[in-house]
Amino acid sequence: MSLSPSNPSPFNPFSLFTRNAVSAVMFKVMAALVPGILVHAWLFGPGIWVSLFVCSFLAILFESLMLLMRGRPLKPFLTDGSALLTAWLLALSLPTLAPWWLYAVGMFFAIVIAKHLYGGLGQNLFNPAMVGYAVLIVSFPALMTQWPGPLSIADIHVTLAEAFDLVLAGQSSVSLDALTSATALDTWKTQIRLGIAPETLWTMPAFGWIGARGQEMVAGAFLLGGLFLLANRLMTWHIPLAFLGAIALTATVLNLIDPSQHAGALFHLFSGAAMLGAFFIATDPVTAASTPRGKLIYAGLAGMLTVLIRAFGGYPDGVAFAILLMNSAAPFLDTYTQPRVFGQSAGKKAQDKKGAS
Amino acid sequence: MSRALYSFNGGIHPENSHKAESCGTPIRIMPLLPRYVVPLRQHIGAPALPLVQVGDQVLKGQMIGSAEGYVSTAVHAPTSGRVSAIEACAIPHPSGLFDEAITIESDGEDRSIEFTPLDWQNLDPSALRNRIREMGLAGLGGAVFPSYIKLNPGAPVKAGAGVGASGAGKPWTGHSRIHTLILNGAECEPWITCDDRLMRERAAGIMQGARIMAHMLGATTVLAAVEDNKPEAIAALRDAAAAVFTDTATEAPIENIEVVSIPTLYPGGGGKQLIYTLTGKEVPSGGLSTDIGVQVFNVGTAYSLYRAIVLGEPLFSRVVTITGHVAQPGNFEVRIGTPIHDLIAAAGGALPGCNGEIIGGPMMGFDLMDLAAPVTKSVNCVILKSPALFAPKPQAMPCIRCGACALACPVNLQPFEMYWFSRAKDFGKVQSYNLFDCIECGCCTYVCPSHIPLVDFYRFSKSEIWEREREKQASDHARQRHEFKTFRQEREKQEKAEKFAKAAEANKAKANTGADDPEAARKKAILDAALARAQQAKADMAKEGIAPKNTDHLPPAVTKEIAEIEARRGQETPDQTTKDIVQDATPAISQNTSPTAPKTDA
Repeated sequence: MSLSPSNPSPFNPFSLFTRNAVSAVMFKVMAALVPGILVHAWLFGPGIWVSLFVCSFLAILFESLMLLMRGRPLKPFLTDGSALLTAWLLALSLPTLAPWWLYAVGMFFAIVIAKHLYGGLGQNLFNPAMVGYAVLIVSFPALMTQWPGPLSIADIHVTLAEAFDLVLAGQSSVSLDALTSATALDTWKTQIRLGIAPETLWTMPAFGWIGARGQEMVAGAFLLGGLFLLANRLMTWHIPLAFLGAIALTATVLNLIDPSQHAGALFHLFSGAAMLGAFFIATDPVTAASTPRGKLIYAGLAGMLTVLIRAFGGYPDGVAFAILLMNSAAPFLDTYTQPRVFGQSAGKKAQDKKGAS
Repeated sequence: MSRALYSFNGGIHPENSHKAESCGTPIRIMPLLPRYVVPLRQHIGAPALPLVQVGDQVLKGQMIGSAEGYVSTAVHAPTSGRVSAIEACAIPHPSGLFDEAITIESDGEDRSIEFTPLDWQNLDPSALRNRIREMGLAGLGGAVFPSYIKLNPGAPVKAGAGVGASGAGKPWTGHSRIHTLILNGAECEPWITCDDRLMRERAAGIMQGARIMAHMLGATTVLAAVEDNKPEAIAALRDAAAAVFTDTATEAPIENIEVVSIPTLYPGGGGKQLIYTLTGKEVPSGGLSTDIGVQVFNVGTAYSLYRAIVLGEPLFSRVVTITGHVAQPGNFEVRIGTPIHDLIAAAGGALPGCNGEIIGGPMMGFDLMDLAAPVTKSVNCVILKSPALFAPKPQAMPCIRCGACALACPVNLQPFEMYWFSRAKDFGKVQSYNLFDCIECGCCTYVCPSHIPLVDFYRFSKSEIWEREREKQASDHARQRHEFKTFRQEREKQEKAEKFAKAAEANKAKANTGADDPEAARKKAILDAALARAQQAKADMAKEGIAPKNTDHLPPAVTKEIAEIEARRGQETPDQTTKDIVQDATPAISQNTSPTAPKTDA
């Protein structure tokens, strides 16, 4: 063995990076996001490319500025891919075609406040992308609910150039209002309160086969990407399974209690940010619990909170708040869920036996 | 009859085990060298005590250093010749520090002492162990723990004498009985093949040694474990086991022997991991394998035991792998004390571009500081490095708590938490995360995507904790000594007082009973009369208004002087007197301070 392979395979797509380096991990996670992004672009139009581009640009800008201010070397930290990953996750959580400053505020809070003011890579208590999202949804709730609907039900389709115009200049031949519509989660929340029956809701354009129209396909693609990460051992099964399991369980219980008020498990799993959260956000190792039992508790409670916020809270989706809340509990969970060390309880047992005899 | 195996958590599969470089050729015998350097400390425990002096002639196999203390073992001359120096020399140690060693100039004749085989089956166990101690046997797997201690079925062994914090040895209760002897032929570290070659070529000797071990320990089961990447070694051991352990000539029951092929997984050859793989039992944390009735020996140790007992040869040679960036990688039978540069030369020399040497394996070994350092009993492998084989480690990035280290840890530790608290120098916390259960196998460092040298942090923490414990013990000791001193002084004072009180009482009693003694009565009468006279005089003077003075009855000269002084005093006013005193004092003060004044100015 050598600490790096002496004959790197010429066909290894990751041979650019040192084996298992942080950068390789980050770029593999980003690669796992690609199917979801492609499906998003196919179903919702080119807006996602614009938000990805703007967020990535801002991430590198803020990251470089902060690294310079903190006197850290630029190259190793810019190429580690963590800032880009944060940018992609935030871009995928925000409505497309929103004005550029919305992305800028989000990225500022993500990179500058949540990441670097906490000490940079590996030191942050809260998931940077989710901090950015939470700040935006609290500050600009109206903008954050204007999601462009799927192309299949939209009246107007924007081109990539128009999308850039809309985001950067805020003006275009098309108006934003004509493009956007309420999401399925939003619709459910508002319409159920108005006394509309769930059966009626499912006929509305925002709803698809099992979840939100369009979003359910994107969620499926994220699920595939997540399975790729699991197969590559870039994460353990604990967090995704506990998160999705808790969402399904909580949703099912609520649905059984009052089907006229609460949607079932599949709707909750395949709408909003559930899949993205389960595989890409809750699993952020820096901010998640790290022991096996800790991960189960952390992700299980986060999943339950997600459904509870969706069902009873003031916001249509609860993934961001649920994960942020559990982020703050992660160090505590780690402390109290340390795994049994090899030979340790055996030692206690032996001592007990000796003491008894 | 394949045995049920248990798999421990974690471990790693190195991409390339690099065994092929050195395992293909038979063990070569190193030619005789003109000079050998035999360190006195080659084992865990106290260094051996030199038995020879500079200028002495020694023979091959002659004991030149005797075991000193309980955890120690002897060292022997590797050839015949003259002792040319006993001094601090370079030794293979990560610190690069020098240590006492005996240098022998070989006479080229290689004459040996007479080797007397031992009748181990009929010898008293204690005498046999003593003999093994004198033969210099120590674990050849790398830990070099004196073998005679481990071969005592009821010995209160305290492994790794330094594991103070958690390795508190439990007193031997007298019930522990070793039922299983494990021969460790796993050789899980990459690059190293010395045990592989030894098993292939000298399996019979290993099995003979194992039989003696089982006899000494009273073990009823012998398991020889070899990783499944060494099929030739497994086959050779199986043949030898069949030959050695099915002896029809003796009536004694032959132990249950099995050669077990275990999965290739680093660190499967670690003692605790190996025991778990074979038996499913965990050695208690801070305890010993003997706590669960198991004793583990390296195959090389078993072979050297066979040489020591059956052939009567003390331990003065071992098999060493030399591999890496060297002309002819392979295995050599090397005499203890062979300078490593001679070993490299015997293997054809380093290839151009060699940039260092590793002693031991790449996972747990260390960089050699000085090529003049000799091969000792602990040196199982020398790897010559090159940038192509061992790429320099990339810059360490921050820990992202990805948990790869925790998944790789064979002891189920949380290495990233230990790293975190080691960096913060929060040693109490590091210990609460079970630092002292870490076996320093290096799996965490190997898998870390941030390339953090994790094990270095644990070693740092361990040494800091040991240092603090030593300091604490020293200060405790000082405090106790101080407390005892004050206690003793107090006690002495009290005893003195009591003694005086007793003496006074005795005197009083004597005085009271004095009437019986005419001599005492007479003295007392004289004393009483004198006292009465003095009191009378005092009373008379009081009557006359004269205060008693201690200046009475002085010689005339003194009286005159006093009178003069009294007269002078009468003239001076009290104010003047004080002024004089101040004036007298001032120059003295300024004189005292003056030497320091210029200093402060300058």
